[in-house]
Amino acid sequence: MKIESVNENTCMVYFGDQIGAKSAGLVKQASDRLRRDMSDLIIDLVPSYTSILVTWDLEKADRFAITRRVREVIDADDNNSTEDDSARIVELPVYYDPEVGLDLKDVCEHAGLSRDEVVRIHSEQLYQVYAIGFAPGFAYLGSTDDRIAIPRKSTPRLKVPTGSVGIAGTQTAIYPSCTPGGWQIIGRTPQKMVDWDSDSLALVQVGDQVRFRAISRDEFLELGGNLDEL
Amino acid sequence: MSFEVLEPGMLALVQDAGRYGYQHMGVTTGGPMDEFAFFWANRLLNNDLNAPQIEITFGRFSLKANHDACIAITGGDLGARINGRAIEPWRTHQISAGDRLDFTAPMSGLRAYLAVSGGFKPAMKLGSCATVSREGLGGINGQGAKLAKGDRLEFETNAAFVEAFLPESDIPDYQQHLRLGVIPGYQYESFPAVQRMKFFSCDYEISQNIDRMGYRLKGDAIHSDLNGIVSEGIAYGAIQVPSDGQPIVLMKDRQTIGGYPKIGCLSALDAGLLAQRGPGASVSFYLSDVAEAEGRRMLFNQRLKTNAPGIRAD
Repeated sequence: MKIESVNENTCMVYFGDQIGAKSAGLVKQASDRLRRDMSDLIIDLVPSYTSILVTWDLEKADRFAITRRVREVIDADDNNSTEDDSARIVELPVYYDPEVGLDLKDVCEHAGLSRDEVVRIHSEQLYQVYAIGFAPGFAYLGSTDDRIAIPRKSTPRLKVPTGSVGIAGTQTAIYPSCTPGGWQIIGRTPQKMVDWDSDSLALVQVGDQVRFRAISRDEFLELGGNLDEL
Repeated sequence: MSFEVLEPGMLALVQDAGRYGYQHMGVTTGGPMDEFAFFWANRLLNNDLNAPQIEITFGRFSLKANHDACIAITGGDLGARINGRAIEPWRTHQISAGDRLDFTAPMSGLRAYLAVSGGFKPAMKLGSCATVSREGLGGINGQGAKLAKGDRLEFETNAAFVEAFLPESDIPDYQQHLRLGVIPGYQYESFPAVQRMKFFSCDYEISQNIDRMGYRLKGDAIHSDLNGIVSEGIAYGAIQVPSDGQPIVLMKDRQTIGGYPKIGCLSALDAGLLAQRGPGASVSFYLSDVAEAEGRRMLFNQRLKTNAPGIRAD
């Protein structure tokens, strides 16, 4: 673990430079501990693939005090029973069909696989939530099976419909709101990913795991899915 | 009690100190582009430092007072007038029911702050009223809208006028050449010595592409040894260098994470000074360190806690 200053009230905590389950686990554990033990000093935490950005209240602590506390809290050798090391698994229903999967045909062609195979490969994997960013609640999930990996679209769409499920390289994600975007869209979830008026706010957090479940058009509509473009 | 927006101008936004505690969900902070000006406006009125204000960019903003109020104006000089009579920034003013307040055009700086005694009372969304249009959060109704003609800006107190002002010597000169202190960090070590030298010796021009997310600069291109990095959290004031080598300073509405190399970061106070410059202005960078940034900020915070100089009750 490395702790480096960024500005007068922000530092970065690095847990290596390789994307993968190992650093993701360290990031999750450290974020949980920092939230639990330092909420009096910390204003914001931004966990990502291999690092956590920590912003604190300069009125309460300087960078030396923060660095020391962060190190103590993360390194603490406690098997506290309140600590939940097991990731939460969130299941998301997805309607995979060219009707809403705007690039599903291209993905099948690129992979040289049938639609059923692409859907099976995408939905049988358990994904790790590595990072959240780009837009509120936009979760970067990894990693997809290499067989369905595909580069981003050469020209991004100006508007990607809410709930769209896309692939970029070996990452996959859900668009929580209608935004511009270049990911290859293979389906759509009826599930609301963010709701600022509910207590849960965002459905998934960094450190969670996600599994997709293929659903029919009827089930998609029953669950409140929207077939409109936007 | 309220003011009514007659003309919203180009961009007038409700802002408090920012929306903190939600960046892990990808929700940016928003908040005042110039913290120095924002906090002083609240301080001059003896408000809570976080009290909601209006951030006016470029001017052409007009309102009508429906009630008497004590207001403070700080930040850029956007040619403010009450009933056509020019008024000075960096001090408190009395406005009476029926008065008209206009911000005309920038004389110096780019963004003015309008605070009212007790603060405006907009809707709160995720603990803040900071307007981030892209996210649909904040503003008077909480949906992220910028101010529009006819909007009512509510406030509660009908405070007696108290004269307060910032001494001349504390008022920033937004027209002088801006030298910004860079705190080396992030991928600084991946920029070869020659590239760093170029960065610290070249004058950069502020491009047309500036907004509340970031300031794109134009000048000598600089390059790191990296093609990209593992996406990581972006601090306020971080200086990102994409593959074209032109630096982008990330501001209040920045994305929370990003994958471009960063050569370092500005202090919040320096980022605020940058936010008062518009396209065509030139800026340069010098190598600073986190101790300088921390010291300056602690002094500023200390000064905000003591009595504002020039305060006197009438």
